[in-house]
Amino acid sequence: MSYVTGLKCRECGKDYPIAPRVVCDCIAPLEIMYDVAGWKRDLTREKIASRPPNMWRYRELLPLSNDPTVSLNVGYTPLVNAPRLAKAIGCRKLWIKNDAVNSPTLSFKDRVVAVALNKAIEFGFKIIACASTGNLANAVAAHSAAAGLQAYVFIPEDLEEAKIIGSAVYGAKVVKIRGNYDQVNRLCSQIAGEHGWGFVNVNLRAFYAEGSKTLAYEVAEQLGWRLPDQVVVPMAGGSLITRVGKAFDELTEIGLVEGKPYILYGAQATGCSPITTATKAGHREIEPQRPSTIARSLAIGNPADGYYATGAIMASGGAGEDVSDPEVVAGMKLLAETEGILGETAAGVTVAVAQKLLASGRMNPDAETVLCVTGNGLKTLDALQNQLDLGLTIRPRLEEFEEQVLNAVQASVPVAVS
Amino acid sequence: MASALAHIGKKEGTFNMGIKVRVPTAITRGATGSDNLDLAVANLPELLVKLESLYPGVKASLLDEKGNLNRFVNIYVNDEDIRFLGGDKYQFQEGDEVLLIPSIAGGAY
Repeated sequence: MSYVTGLKCRECGKDYPIAPRVVCDCIAPLEIMYDVAGWKRDLTREKIASRPPNMWRYRELLPLSNDPTVSLNVGYTPLVNAPRLAKAIGCRKLWIKNDAVNSPTLSFKDRVVAVALNKAIEFGFKIIACASTGNLANAVAAHSAAAGLQAYVFIPEDLEEAKIIGSAVYGAKVVKIRGNYDQVNRLCSQIAGEHGWGFVNVNLRAFYAEGSKTLAYEVAEQLGWRLPDQVVVPMAGGSLITRVGKAFDELTEIGLVEGKPYILYGAQATGCSPITTATKAGHREIEPQRPSTIARSLAIGNPADGYYATGAIMASGGAGEDVSDPEVVAGMKLLAETEGILGETAAGVTVAVAQKLLASGRMNPDAETVLCVTGNGLKTLDALQNQLDLGLTIRPRLEEFEEQVLNAVQASVPVAVS
Repeated sequence: MASALAHIGKKEGTFNMGIKVRVPTAITRGATGSDNLDLAVANLPELLVKLESLYPGVKASLLDEKGNLNRFVNIYVNDEDIRFLGGDKYQFQEGDEVLLIPSIAGGAY
């Protein structure tokens, strides 16, 4: 049974039937409409809790017409209690939503692609494609392989090698574009318009973006059906932060959680900060930028949902903040050293922004806070090149160990031995 | 065609330039893909007037209430966002390739 009723323009309100459609006649983006009364009638905490631990436990809240047939084991990633990181950055109660261990491709993008793939199958697309900064390409490649569909992934040619190999290995056709993500994106908009392929983030975008909501549903359920006080979200195109708010609002409207105010904080790298630049200036309109940052998964200079991201941040009473590349690396290291979680550069952005907001008094240190870690650091190891003490090499001799390792340890740390 | 039109119609010290314009389906609302046009116009405001004559109603969807370019559409000249080139003030050069793209795609973070 489906709860999706149609598409509606986010600006002029014009209605459209369910179909792979890019934009409204007025060129504004489209939003999925649902049978909210049906949700209220049919959905309970118990019903959801009785289902397997994956994102489809919230399937009524997602825009499929039928039950999902592929990408079934995605989501329900850990919500990690993070007391050591909390202490390090100066807040009382901190959680990490850890999509670095999402299945199968170790990023948040598995969620959106799971919805897009099932929708593409409903629509009858044979070729699945995407414009990507890397994580999305990995997810599209893997999910398409498992569904028996051909994938084409379009990426900037200078992406991290792990993200290129991590797409090609699934048999996807990788198309490297001489240009940045915004140029890749532009080409893909043209291809989707001309060739009838299912581009997950172009003509399937309205459906795909809804997959993001599952991250926030999970946070609420994992907190015992409560909303957190504040959430820090990394921003590239700006979609996720808007869907976090939307998901919290939906849960409240259905009655699955008690409504309460929550604050959204948006995180970017200073080298690509069109959204935080707008919020800092106190307006919603986005000025495009030319990205230059090691946080390449966030390097979108002309964010499609930027206008809505600034709106979501401002409406919640939150803020946008950005951090330098050295701060990004420090954030990655801090997360790893305090909580044992290796997030990608975008996670470094999120941690460093939270730290900056707390240090400057713009985020309440006593409020319950969730940081969204959306990708895995094993894909962005090159950001850590020459940033770590990789240890010394000794011969396999006890004396060398004692002289070079043990003495050094004892000299620096008081060791308690009996 | 384009070059023949290029120097017709001097206006306020600017020359109309022969440019190629690709208009997506979202704007043509045609059933089969985009349109490729050869036009002779001097700048973006003139291009919008021309497009309105070809696709009545399109100007209202490309411009906001203040007459600025709608936030949901991007216009590129060759490989550059026209906003980086000066927007309305940019004077088209002979042979410029202009792309109109709805700003719908993008990452999901």
